[in-house]
Amino acid sequence: MTRDEITEAVLRALSDVAPEADPATLRPDVSLRDQLDIDSMDLLNFVIGIHEQVHVDIPEADYARLQTLDEVVDYLVEKTAP
Amino acid sequence: MAEFVMPALGADMSVGTLMKWLKQPGETVARGDIIAVVHTDKADVEVEVFTSGVLERVLVEPGAQVPVGAALAVIREDGAPAAPRAPAPPAAPALFPAAVPEAAPHIAISPSARHLAEELGIDPALIHGSGPSGRIQRKDVEAAAAAREPTAAPPPVPTRAPPAAAPPTTPPAAPPAGPAIEDRNAAVRRAIASAMSRSKREIPHFYLGQTIHMSNAIAWLAQENLRRPVPERLLHGVLLVKAVALALREVPELNAVWQGDELVRREDINVGVAIALRGGGLVAPAIHETDRLSLDELMHAFRDLVSRARSWSLRSSEMSDPTITVTSLGERGVETVFGVIFPPQVAIVGFGTLVERPWISEGQVLICPVVNASLSADHRVTDGHRASAFLAAIDRLLQEPDKL
Repeated sequence: MTRDEITEAVLRALSDVAPEADPATLRPDVSLRDQLDIDSMDLLNFVIGIHEQVHVDIPEADYARLQTLDEVVDYLVEKTAP
Repeated sequence: MAEFVMPALGADMSVGTLMKWLKQPGETVARGDIIAVVHTDKADVEVEVFTSGVLERVLVEPGAQVPVGAALAVIREDGAPAAPRAPAPPAAPALFPAAVPEAAPHIAISPSARHLAEELGIDPALIHGSGPSGRIQRKDVEAAAAAREPTAAPPPVPTRAPPAAAPPTTPPAAPPAGPAIEDRNAAVRRAIASAMSRSKREIPHFYLGQTIHMSNAIAWLAQENLRRPVPERLLHGVLLVKAVALALREVPELNAVWQGDELVRREDINVGVAIALRGGGLVAPAIHETDRLSLDELMHAFRDLVSRARSWSLRSSEMSDPTITVTSLGERGVETVFGVIFPPQVAIVGFGTLVERPWISEGQVLICPVVNASLSADHRVTDGHRASAFLAAIDRLLQEPDKL
């Protein structure tokens, strides 16, 4: 997957847990939790969405690395690199 | 024949709006089937039927506001003979007066106003009615309450009262669309205001707190989630809810409701889980028979409940059946919760954030994950000794997470 495709998939997964999220106003360098009022159930559903769309299983130990949209995309680009 | 009635879906619900029928007359219904959708202040609620049989006839059209307890439909129970072909049933509005018993027939008062007057301890005979033909409306009760306590704080009821339960003169031609999200959030706020005000007015709360060592639970959960596929992972909140449910078996007086002037213990343990709604507000629907569910079943039920609560699609039994509430406010770092009991329940358990703290064990200082558990309990029902036994049981159960 390209970076753009991964970004699109991440935004789709985000919109499933936070339907009111507007990708146009989402700041890629600011905490998703703060911007979207995400709780632990939302985070788990987001990780499940990533699992389904990008086919990457994010271990719980890595959750702390995934605070912002940029960090999530960077992480997935790294994990899907050939 | 059995009546299918408007259920009470919250402590302060006096009226609901029938949104639509999901079964038609003549169709078979089984206990647990969802046959109607009702709009309340808090949500659109799917209402289940508790009688198996045939939906003989519906008495209320979509769009009608119906008092709690009033008949919505008639169900012919399994084995009962079919009703003879009767003349067409009377129009729904004509049934409402018969379905709502008037305690004082000579006083014209809306059900909503009567409910509020009873709650505030005001004799309807002393209230001046401003409605048609002197009918007492909810705002009249509020005015009477304000007049009775001129120096007190504003009455603890919503100033924008929910619609009175007066029978509609003509049912609307089509089911109404659901309220706008802003309206729903405002309605949720009003419902919370009413329930919490009642709680603080009537329930003598007392509060206890305990710090629970979570090393065993978190280590077990980490191992468990490592071996599970992503969609089957557990949240630590599920362990907390299960521990509360099992602890209630040991201190059953907290698994109860306060009705009238006495404690009524409930056999089933149905933990209500507080769920924050997007845009503000919360609901606390029940997970039925929480103590009997495996952690997997509990996690599945919890996920489903959160999803449906946030899409305004809860079921009637989930709204009416909680026997205790659990609220977890640790998402943003809150360490201790001082909860307000949801009437008619008699206790609420709060959990703070999971946080690492120094912990002294056998002369050693260790760094351990801990969580603060709090209990707000009704002093009419129990006391500190039993309540502390309850918190101790939660603590003990969480030390053996594999047995939950």
